[in-house]
Amino acid sequence: MPSNKSVSAAPITQFINCRILRDHRLQREDLWVREGKILDPEKLFFDELGYADERVDCENGIIAPGFIDIQINGGYGIDFSQPSDDVDGGVSFVAKKILEHGVTSFCPTLVTSPPEVYHKVLPRIKVRSGGAHGAGVLGFHLEGPFISAEKKGAHPEQFLRTFQPGGFQDLMDTYGSLDGVAMVTLAPELSGSRTVVRELCQRGIKVSLGHSVADLSQAEEAVQHGASCITHLFNAMQPFHHRDPGIVGLLTSDKVPAGRTVFYGMIADGIHTNPAALRIAHRAHPSGLVLVTDAITAMGLPPGRHTLGQQVIEIQGLHAYVAGTQTLSGSIATMDMCVRHFRQASGCKVEEALEAASLHPAQALGISHRKGRLDYGSDADLVLLDDSLNIKATFISGEEVWRTGP
Amino acid sequence: MKLIILNDYDKASEWAAKYIRNKILLFKPGPNKYFTLGLPTGSTPLGCYKKLIEYYKNGEISFQYVKTFNMDEYVGLPRDHPESYHSFMWNNFFKHIDIRAENTHILDGNAADLQAECEAFEEKITAAGGIELFVGGIGPDGHIAFNEPGSSLVSRTRVKTLARDTIMANARFFDGDLSKVPTMALTVGVGTVMDAKEVMIIITGAHKAFALYKAIEEGVNHMWTVSAFQQHPRTVFVCDEDATLELRVKTVKYFKGMMHVHNKLVEPPPSEAKI
Repeated sequence: MPSNKSVSAAPITQFINCRILRDHRLQREDLWVREGKILDPEKLFFDELGYADERVDCENGIIAPGFIDIQINGGYGIDFSQPSDDVDGGVSFVAKKILEHGVTSFCPTLVTSPPEVYHKVLPRIKVRSGGAHGAGVLGFHLEGPFISAEKKGAHPEQFLRTFQPGGFQDLMDTYGSLDGVAMVTLAPELSGSRTVVRELCQRGIKVSLGHSVADLSQAEEAVQHGASCITHLFNAMQPFHHRDPGIVGLLTSDKVPAGRTVFYGMIADGIHTNPAALRIAHRAHPSGLVLVTDAITAMGLPPGRHTLGQQVIEIQGLHAYVAGTQTLSGSIATMDMCVRHFRQASGCKVEEALEAASLHPAQALGISHRKGRLDYGSDADLVLLDDSLNIKATFISGEEVWRTGP
Repeated sequence: MKLIILNDYDKASEWAAKYIRNKILLFKPGPNKYFTLGLPTGSTPLGCYKKLIEYYKNGEISFQYVKTFNMDEYVGLPRDHPESYHSFMWNNFFKHIDIRAENTHILDGNAADLQAECEAFEEKITAAGGIELFVGGIGPDGHIAFNEPGSSLVSRTRVKTLARDTIMANARFFDGDLSKVPTMALTVGVGTVMDAKEVMIIITGAHKAFALYKAIEEGVNHMWTVSAFQQHPRTVFVCDEDATLELRVKTVKYFKGMMHVHNKLVEPPPSEAKI
């Protein structure tokens, strides 16, 4: 082993023969990694007189930051919101499988559930780093139960809640604990939400607006109190109206405080959002677009009928139907599919499509100083793609955790 | 002296790169026998570096057993400033090839004791056994490295104050702001380059034509420091047509008439045939 490393004796990996996504463009550069972080090779060269111990030939592929899914309900037959005795096993199983979609970290998402489910599930899943065992867990995304009955979507109505006069205390009573919670989706029109939004933001938890009938001024007020995201834009909110554009209007609002960006989740599976709507959102506010899968239990299962909980689901292509009907039961798109579809449907540049699944979700979660970029010092969570944006390999902390077959 | 005249900048760069390649190959460097190469910065050698990188990527040469010594560096400019010569060498050459950092030498313009840094640089060259091939470019005023007009032709590595013209010319790299342009540099001396076993000067473009004329058709003169190499036993000037505009027709014809001989110097050496 070389003994010339003055800063660290850890081995250094150099990814060669690649184009890397840095500063919003693909650049022909090598990528250097040490101790799971992206290394400045010029500093290594001049300050440490160091060099690479191992080289990985990327065969002229693209290296992008690993994808981050901030809204995924489950997959491969597992529903994160079902309180089984092996919640952790279920999350771990999905975490491992989504490596092949280029996802290196994610927010397991719980839909509206009774308090006992939160009390049981939340303590069992800890924020943890990714690795060969699976994608990293960044914290829960709690979607509900403080949402609008009118826009509940598939959330069970009997468990919906409003904020009692206690406001934040009611939220704490419902969830039990906020340890390991990264994001909460709520409806800002619920009375008492202003305090709750502020309290959550003070604790570093991101507030996303969704499943809501809020008008634009209510949405703007929530943003002024700290809300920073919109949950699956267009879905489960007031449709765009020119005299009150509703939550959708946040994309071009002039009431968003200077220096802040409102992010919005987008299910770009070609089914849940019409491509024209996707283009409207993208052209109005490209820097806030966050690709989410919003994947359900059926994601990753083969075509055919599957019994999931109380439901029978039939998978045909990219559609998951309630068996025997034409009712969509949720998204089963994978993140890499969403990236490809978004690029094709919006006509955006490769860089933009990749950033919508990496940089933007990292920014939405407030972790872009360590994830979502290939800057020096960032975590070396990487995805290697071909020019059609098919995943060739996935790396976490610089270690290969998945590679496509030959 | 050899004067190599090529049609244009690209051809001149390629010729220079092939010459360097062949020198390294014929030297047969190894762990106990390093090839020592002096290197310039600036726009002139860029094409030559690109070609050398290409030869490395093709597997024609390796820099594993090459030691490099750079001509100069600004004083007081942070090493990672995009205009520092450290950054230049990293971005345009070192990061693309297999050279080890410990074998590269660039003057430290941020050293606490600049004079000591210069003396140490001379000692490193001596310790490496002197320089086999020093590659250089020149300014329109005929300066080699930062040996501005009037520099001693026997000078050694030292601190130099830059000429007003040079500072003005460099301002374009510093947002056009004269106050940001470094005013001092560390540079090898004319004598330091003269000590190399061989010197290759690349001169391209019509704006360097007068300097080339001064370099080879007039006498040795410290106002055109590059003219010092008239007294070096092995100097190669590589230029393009544009750079010959101020030369006599007789000079150009004489050297062009010898190109068929000189071109043999850049043919792939026999040892390469095995690849």
